Amino acid sequence: MAKNIYEKIWEAHVVHEEPGQDSILYIDRHYVHEVTSPQAFEGLRLAGRKVRRPDLTFATMDHNIPTTDRSKPIEDPMSAQQVETLKANCAEAGVACFDMRDRRNGIVHVIGPELGLTQPGQTIVCGDSHTSTHGAFGALAFGIGTSEVEHVLATQTLLQKKSKTMEIRVNGALPHGITAKDIILAIIGKIGTAGGTGYVIEYTGDAIRSLSMEGRMTVCNMSIEAGARAGLISPDEKTFEYLKGREYLNGKSHDALAKQWATWASDAGCAYDRVVELDASEIEPQVTWGTSPGMVTGVTRTTPVLAEIGDGNTRHAAEKALKYMDLAEGVPIQKITINKMFFGSCTNGRIEDIRAAAKVVKGYKVSPSVEQALVVPGSQQVKLQAEAEGLDKVFKEAGFEWREAGCSMCLAMNADILQPGDRCASTSNRNFEGRQGKGGRTHLVSPAMAVAAAIKGHFVDIRDWKYN
Amino acid sequence: MKPFTTLTGIVAPLEALNVDTDQIIPKQFLKRIERTGYEDFLFFDWRFKPDGSPDPDFEMNAPRYLGASILLTKDNFGCGSSREHAPWALENYGFRCILAPSYADIFFNNCFNNGMLPIVLPANVIEQLFQEVRNQEGYSLTVDLPAQTITKPDGSTIAFEVDPFKKECLLNGWDQIGLTLRHEDKITAFEKTRG
Repeated sequence: MAKNIYEKIWEAHVVHEEPGQDSILYIDRHYVHEVTSPQAFEGLRLAGRKVRRPDLTFATMDHNIPTTDRSKPIEDPMSAQQVETLKANCAEAGVACFDMRDRRNGIVHVIGPELGLTQPGQTIVCGDSHTSTHGAFGALAFGIGTSEVEHVLATQTLLQKKSKTMEIRVNGALPHGITAKDIILAIIGKIGTAGGTGYVIEYTGDAIRSLSMEGRMTVCNMSIEAGARAGLISPDEKTFEYLKGREYLNGKSHDALAKQWATWASDAGCAYDRVVELDASEIEPQVTWGTSPGMVTGVTRTTPVLAEIGDGNTRHAAEKALKYMDLAEGVPIQKITINKMFFGSCTNGRIEDIRAAAKVVKGYKVSPSVEQALVVPGSQQVKLQAEAEGLDKVFKEAGFEWREAGCSMCLAMNADILQPGDRCASTSNRNFEGRQGKGGRTHLVSPAMAVAAAIKGHFVDIRDWKYN
Repeated sequence: MKPFTTLTGIVAPLEALNVDTDQIIPKQFLKRIERTGYEDFLFFDWRFKPDGSPDPDFEMNAPRYLGASILLTKDNFGCGSSREHAPWALENYGFRCILAPSYADIFFNNCFNNGMLPIVLPANVIEQLFQEVRNQEGYSLTVDLPAQTITKPDGSTIAFEVDPFKKECLLNGWDQIGLTLRHEDKITAFEKTRG
C-alpha cells in the first residue's frame, strides 16, 4: 500500500506498542539548548539515571547569548548561569556542546542541518517548538517539553500517539517577490493558528518543490504557528545536494546515502487525513497586523474592519490585538511606520535570507526614522559565509548593525529587546504580545520586506522595489 | 509525579483566544534553572502594572478568584513555545485543572507530565460556564477523573473524555521514564538492529 512519509518514519521507529498505551518511539537526534534542559538534567541526577546515548545528543547555546562582542563574559548573571549549567551538564554526560565561541555555534535549528546532523528519515526532537524546521529534510522533527527532554535523555525514546496527517499542496509557480515566508504566513492565515492541531503536515506541490532548502526550512519552521507539531517535505535531489559533504556525514559515500534517503519520500498515491490546497499565484507579500501569526494579510490590503468579522470571539480577539498594536481599523498596511527592524531567527537567519535582503539593501540607507536595524545571522557559519561574500559590508554601509549569531530579538532573552511602544518589522516567527520586549509591537514579514521597511520607514510592496 | 484523582475548587475565568505560552510566562523568567517557584510570574504582563502592583483590569486578580485551582479559558490555549515553564507556573500558582474548547499540542502534553488535567469541553459548554462563574461568587466545580465527570454547584454533571493511557498515568502519578524503562530490553534490541 502507498504510504506517506510520516507513516514510513513512524513505522521504522516504533520500538514497542501495546493496546491502550502510547507507542515507544525511537529518537535518532536529540538537540539540546540552555533554556529547556537544566531541569531535565537535574531530574536525571535526582533519579540516579544517566544519558543513554550521549552520541546522539547535541547541545548548543543560542537563546541567552549576546550578539555583541563574544570575547567578553555574559553580563546578565542568570543568562551566564544557564549557559554555564548547560556546559557542565554536557561535560558530565559526555554530550557534544557547541559553546558560543565554537565555530559550529548557532541557533539549534540552523546548525543541525548545516552540520549534516539532520538527515532524511530521522526522528528528531528538541525542547523547542521550532524543531519542526528539520522537517524540511524529510525528518519527523518536533518540539517537546522539559519532562520529555528528560525522558529522551534517559531512554532515547518518547511515548507518542500516532498523529493524523495533513497534506498542504501549494500549486503553481511562485510569483516574483514572493518567498517561503509569504507562503507559510498565507497558509497560517488560511487554516488558522490551530488549523494543524493534532496533525503532522506534509507540504507538497510545485511551489514547495521550487524552494531551496533554506526556503523549505522557513516553511516547516512555522508549522507550529499553524498548530502542527511537525511539518515535513519529502526529500529530493535538492535535499541530497544540500547535505553533500557536511561535517557529520563523516565522508560516507554520498550516492549510497542519497539512495537510502530517497526511499523515505511519500509514495505516489498515498493518502492523508486532510488535504488543503493553495494557489501560489494568489499569494501576496504578507504582513501581520495583530498579536497572533494568523492575524496576517497581503501588503496591498488593510488592517481589519471589526464590523466585518462575524464570529464574536474572533472579533473580540481582533479588537484586543488592534488596541495592543495601537492600530486603527481599515488602515492600509503600507501606511504603517516602524522604528525598529529585526532580521534573523531560526525562521529567516540563513545565508539565502541574507543574500535576498542584501540585494534589496544595496545602494540604500536605513531611514532616519528607524532607530535600530539589527541583522543577526543564524549561525557562526552563516555569518562567516556572508562576510566572505562581502554582504556584511552592504548592511553596514546602509546603517544596519551586523551582529554575532543567536536567537537574539526573536524572543529577546538577551540584551536585544524592544522598548514599550516600539514597532518592529521582524523576520522572526511570533508576533505575540511582548514577545520581543514588553509593550513592543511586532509585524512578521519576509527578509526582503523587513529590510525594505527599514529603508523606507514603513511597509512597502517589495514587488515594486527598484534594485540597485 | 503527584497523582490526580478528584479536585474541588474555585474556577477562575480567562477570556481570551489563543493564549500563548509567552503570556502564560514571559521569557525573562525562563532563565532560572529550577522547576519550582514560578507562581509570581504567571500571566506576568497581564497581572501586574508596570509599577508591580496587581492590575485590577485583569479579571483573575479579583479577590473572588483567589485560591482558584480550575482555570476556565478559550480556544487554542497554550499555543506557541514548548516551554514547560508554562504548566509549571500554572501549577505553582495553584491550578491543577484547565477547561477549554481546545489546546495546543505541546502544552497539552506538558500538563499531563506535571500532574495537571486539561479538559476539552464543547464551546457552548465553555460559554455557559463563563456565565455561571461570573454570576455566582465562589463558583466551584468538582472534577472526578475516575468517573470522568465535572459536577456543578447545582449538582448537575458534565461528562468529559480523556485519553485512557494519560488517565492511568495521572491517577497513579506514574513516572513515565520508569514505565518506558520496563521495556529497556526492547530499546537495546532496536538499537542493535540499526548497527
